[in-house]
Amino acid sequence: MKKKMLAAILTATMVAACFTGCGSEASNAGSDAGSDNATETDAETDGDAEADAETDAEAPAASSADGQVYWLNFKPEADEALQGIAKTYTEQTGVPVTVVTAASGTYNSTLTAEMDKDEAPTLFVVGNQAAVQSWGDFCYDLKGTDVYNELTTDDFTLYNGDQVASIGYCYESFGIIVNKTLLKEAGHDLSEIKDFASLKTVADDIHANADKLGFDAFTSSGMDDSSSWRFSGHLANMPLYYEGEADGWNGICPETIKGTYLDNYKNIWDLYTTDAKNDKATLADAGYNAETEFLDGEAVFYQNGSWEYAALSEKYSDDELAMIPIYTGVDGEENQGLCSGTENCWAVNANASEDDIQATLDFMKWMVTSEEGTTCMAEQFGVIPYKGAQENTNLFIKQGDEMRNAGKYTVDWTFNLTPNVDDWRAGVVSAINQYDAGGSWDNVVSAFVDGWATQYKASQD
Amino acid sequence: MKKKKKEDVKVTNSSMVTRPIRRCFPIFLLPTLAAFFIGFIYPFIKGIYLSFCKFVTTSNAKFIGVSNYSKAFADASFRHAFWYTALYAVVSLVFINLFAFMLAYFLTQGIRGTNIFRTVFFMPNLIGGIVLGYIWSMIFNGILSRYNTSILLETKYGFWGLIILMCWQQIGYMMIIYIAGLQAVPGDLTEAAVIDGATSWQCLRHVILPNVMPSITICTFLSLTNGFKLFDQNLALTGGQPFAFMADGTQVKTTEMLALNIFNTFYGQASSAKGVAQAKAVLFFILVAGISLIQLRATKSKEVQQ
Repeated sequence: MKKKMLAAILTATMVAACFTGCGSEASNAGSDAGSDNATETDAETDGDAEADAETDAEAPAASSADGQVYWLNFKPEADEALQGIAKTYTEQTGVPVTVVTAASGTYNSTLTAEMDKDEAPTLFVVGNQAAVQSWGDFCYDLKGTDVYNELTTDDFTLYNGDQVASIGYCYESFGIIVNKTLLKEAGHDLSEIKDFASLKTVADDIHANADKLGFDAFTSSGMDDSSSWRFSGHLANMPLYYEGEADGWNGICPETIKGTYLDNYKNIWDLYTTDAKNDKATLADAGYNAETEFLDGEAVFYQNGSWEYAALSEKYSDDELAMIPIYTGVDGEENQGLCSGTENCWAVNANASEDDIQATLDFMKWMVTSEEGTTCMAEQFGVIPYKGAQENTNLFIKQGDEMRNAGKYTVDWTFNLTPNVDDWRAGVVSAINQYDAGGSWDNVVSAFVDGWATQYKASQD
Repeated sequence: MKKKKKEDVKVTNSSMVTRPIRRCFPIFLLPTLAAFFIGFIYPFIKGIYLSFCKFVTTSNAKFIGVSNYSKAFADASFRHAFWYTALYAVVSLVFINLFAFMLAYFLTQGIRGTNIFRTVFFMPNLIGGIVLGYIWSMIFNGILSRYNTSILLETKYGFWGLIILMCWQQIGYMMIIYIAGLQAVPGDLTEAAVIDGATSWQCLRHVILPNVMPSITICTFLSLTNGFKLFDQNLALTGGQPFAFMADGTQVKTTEMLALNIFNTFYGQASSAKGVAQAKAVLFFILVAGISLIQLRATKSKEVQQ
């Protein structure tokens, strides 16, 4: 009898365990597969029974407003602040705002997975033409919306045909950051540098005296993943921009490119790698940290962008720093300014419910008009191209504005047009690595020009 | 004592206990079955379906027929990855198993410190693939930089680098399996062989090897499928570099293996390539499943009954 009881209890336990097992499996399926309606319903029914606490927490918020906002954020460093601002907005308006941040370098895969869910992001980032190619169908036409009307410029707007696919929510500038103190120590002055030739003269002189001075001209141009984008992306913008201007691309990705200005690209790359401390054959994967080198005063010049200001201003005062344009030896470059643009562009999910879309648009407007919103934007993203923007404190952005006001032309981020951007850049990186080790420059040309055509074709199929 | 034990067996085998259990067998099976279905069968079937589709998100797929497959076959980088992977799998299979067996053989000879050796050889297995890839790329580059080159610059460096890395990681694991196999060889068999005048080579070749055949089956199966499926180490060590730039303008990532190729196609390119990547993945599955079945049959037929 005892044994029988035991067996019965055991069986009961197992059956119970089994049901809990089923429950959690099904809710996993709900979040993973997402598409299967049958599983989805299962998950919800089971989920209700299991996660009472969760539903309770969500219920009051959901009932007080019609729509909700789900922002899939692109910048991990801004996550904490955005969580805070989301809370503020919910407190003020009752509209629930969820901010989820994709881990660094995984935005694309996170977006792919999240978009598959029933509760897909309503606000996400579509930052370049390749992303428009992929996600264009998901982008709500922002033309004429309140937040769109707050924009001060269309420079950072991305189009999908006639539709406004995404709008910039901040912009950045990049160029060559200069340590003015070291430059003076080397016996030179910023005013000497007006074009590529004068930059080369100064850099060559510093490099020649590097032993005596204790520092060199350029920081390391590392080609590992953590740094290669500065060259396969940002530096490559120079030849792309000038070719786009000459051939009238007008913000539309061309099928093929000619590489007209690749000799200029070679100029500046040779300068970066020759007038620097480390042997260029080791750049491929030695993992140099250019930022640390610059902070440690090991070099005068450092190619990077306005986003570096926060890190650099901890050590250097505004008087010690400057950002100058990247000169490559193109005619008329004395009038060239910084490269300004953005990959941070908001898109609204067209497949979301109307209420959610409206809630998202309201939230975006609040972010760029309200006191709290603009403050948060200014702190997290720097300069925002909106009427209500707060004054910015970023030295490099200010210098870019000064150059623009002095009549210099701004270099657009033409690299945003790159087809299959990751693959294209990988090709350029590999070719440059081979060139650095004594290979032919032809490979770089091939990676640039033929790579573009190949990737364009692949992206259009 | 003995009597009690017998009674226990009798009770647990009685139909009173076994019948309800037998009747309930679907309930016992259900959790595992459900997990298997949700975690494997459903994604697998959906994956096959998606390989015939054009899609950005998997819930919104449009059926387009076999064109993904023709694109996958037409992709030079995929064909290269296929041959490169096959070559890699075979070479690594030979090296790993040869060294693992040798180590296992020496470590079963009763030399001193056997346990320390076994632990040390097994340890590399405890480190994750990505970490290993970065560590070894530092080691290789530390050496190669003396000759003004890097592992990212020559296909052969990338290939042999990966072989060395994988040998270092896998030999210890396979060694453990071989040791278990060697210890299971009956002592009287080898003793009889020695008494009959067999040399140690003859003893190894004709007595020990046939008896450890089950271990060989397992180890070759594991190293072959590992070779084909390799991803993390490949990604971290070379990431496909160096690329070869073909005369017709296409690029081939010369050290990119199949799994990495599929991954890069899925995430590195425009949304239209997701279906192609999916088709590649299906082809990849058929290939790995086919090859391992053939290998299993081939080695299993050589196993002997003791």
